[in-house]
Amino acid sequence: MPTLISHTEPTAPARTGTQIRLAGVTKDYGLAAPAVDDVSLTIEPGEFMTLLGPSGSGKTTTLNLIAGFETLTAGSIAFDGTDVSNLPPHKRNLGMLFQNYALFPHLTVAQNVAYPLRERKLAKPEIARKVAEVLELVQLTGRDNHHPAQLSGGQQQRVALARAIVFGPNALLLDEPLGALDRNLRGTLQAEIHRIHREVGTTFVFVTHDQEEAMNLSDRIALFNNGRIEQVGTPEDLYQRPETLFTATFLGDSNVFDASPAPDGTFAWEDNIWTVDRSTVSARAAAGDHVALVVRPEDVRLEGAVPADANAVTATIRDIEYMGAYRTAVLALGHDGVAGRARLDALAADFRPGQAVTAWWPVARQHIVATL
Amino acid sequence: MQAKAKQWLLVLPALALLAAVLLVPLGRSLKLSVAGGSLEHYKSLFTDGVTLTVLARTAATAAVVTLIAVLLGYPYAYLMTRVEPRLRGLLMVIVLVPFWTSVMARNFAWVIILQRGGPVNSFFRLFGWDLVLYQSVAGVAIAMSQVLLPFMVLPLFSALSGIDRRLLLAARGLGSHPVRAFWKVYWPLSRGGVVAGLILVFTLSLGFYVTPALVGAPQQSLVAQLLGQRTTQLLDFEGAGALGMLVLVVTLALVAWANRLGGTISAIGLVAAAPAKGARS
Repeated sequence: MPTLISHTEPTAPARTGTQIRLAGVTKDYGLAAPAVDDVSLTIEPGEFMTLLGPSGSGKTTTLNLIAGFETLTAGSIAFDGTDVSNLPPHKRNLGMLFQNYALFPHLTVAQNVAYPLRERKLAKPEIARKVAEVLELVQLTGRDNHHPAQLSGGQQQRVALARAIVFGPNALLLDEPLGALDRNLRGTLQAEIHRIHREVGTTFVFVTHDQEEAMNLSDRIALFNNGRIEQVGTPEDLYQRPETLFTATFLGDSNVFDASPAPDGTFAWEDNIWTVDRSTVSARAAAGDHVALVVRPEDVRLEGAVPADANAVTATIRDIEYMGAYRTAVLALGHDGVAGRARLDALAADFRPGQAVTAWWPVARQHIVATL
Repeated sequence: MQAKAKQWLLVLPALALLAAVLLVPLGRSLKLSVAGGSLEHYKSLFTDGVTLTVLARTAATAAVVTLIAVLLGYPYAYLMTRVEPRLRGLLMVIVLVPFWTSVMARNFAWVIILQRGGPVNSFFRLFGWDLVLYQSVAGVAIAMSQVLLPFMVLPLFSALSGIDRRLLLAARGLGSHPVRAFWKVYWPLSRGGVVAGLILVFTLSLGFYVTPALVGAPQQSLVAQLLGQRTTQLLDFEGAGALGMLVLVVTLALVAWANRLGGTISAIGLVAAAPAKGARS
């Protein structure tokens, strides 16, 4: 079992958490499709793994399966190589953070934090010491005798965080813990969770539907869609090297050109024949027939001569959206006017709605992704 | 200030009614009970050898009724929070049926069920036990529990449905066996509802008249029957006034005590509902 926070070496990230291994994990409620469908994923010790996906994609069910709140239909879950598939939740030694905080309203802050320690029958002085230590870690010293209802939402979530890590859990499971907070507070707590992950060094499994949160916090992201994992990788992997159209459009914006590749390796869309760089073809796209070409709005240019190593398409500007730091040109691409976007930086020329332009992007910046 | 005065205007009719039908007669009873400036009638309550026995029997019956009600009512109210709305409505109707039945019909039904040769007696005779609950304190307690059950179930249901069940998940995640999670988290949060139900059922039990008179034995009367006897048969209004005052004081003292117990608890219950609301908004 990992030890609690070491205050002597706060910067050394002690990767002491548990490895969580999901093998063929399936949860079927008997509906049209399984909620979680044959998910295999290994979360490394001390890793910050985010389960990201739209609502109903199976990420929360997967978290509940890891916690033991749901039973497996098929597959297995192992902590550090030990099968825990049939272990009840109270024996899994996991910290859990809920969106609604789930603090016990009849107990004070200190009693809430002491709860898991009491359940583990620790001696009173040790409980008091650990509670004081962890309340300091979440910067709530002096609130010991408050009841949860006397605290703000952000403070309540920090108490819940303290309660979830005080007993040195195998891993911390976070179920959209920032969802109920307003935008500013979310940012603060995000930083807090990041810092505490660094200091505690245990495995974190974080569920969210917010791609920004996922990008900011995670070592790796498992992107869920329809009960399956669409892609696993670092935030940069997922953003820069999407395997599928779902990944390319769920994380950030993409301009999507739906078409089939020609046998010669080029890519035909309407009457354009585009060059394709092999390195930008995802493995899943190479393996299948259903592909699309995607380009991020920040990679699309609307001015200057089209260089040799670029692909281009005619476009009409539909609208200009002012975003503060930059502007976005809303485009109608090609003859059929497929919706698209290009980011205009501060130095870009002024464009007007209705203006005809040539949109181009470097070949290396496009991705060929699987659509199925 | 003016708005406040107008609010008082709204409760004036209710206050006037209460004053006319409750406070005035109560004052007259009090005046009668101390007629001639003597506490003779109060003294005789403690010395006549009957009143104290009847009071003790009434309190014991009320305690048994309350216990039965909470033992039956808690799981019932819990179930009501767990089932789908349509089934919940049905459970609510079932518990309220005795409420909607005529007092006389209900009590005579109990007489028939509990008397010698009735279904309960016949059932126990199969096992060689000639149990007759008619004209027994136990029979009275059973019949009273039936009609008082809604007073336990309704406040309990309201308290239990306010408890966030995710707290139980949280407790289990933090290392509690499900049974322990119930006692450490669910039970303390339900205590406000339990206390409310206890007060309602117990105080209502103290005043029961028809059920003990019909289902119970004459020699085992409860305090309401004693009061009835003194006013309608003995015409001892002074003694009845003194007895009424005594019951009132005992009841008020109990309510005050339970309120203090429940007051802190219901304050917590109120607080418990707050974060859940915040999370939804």
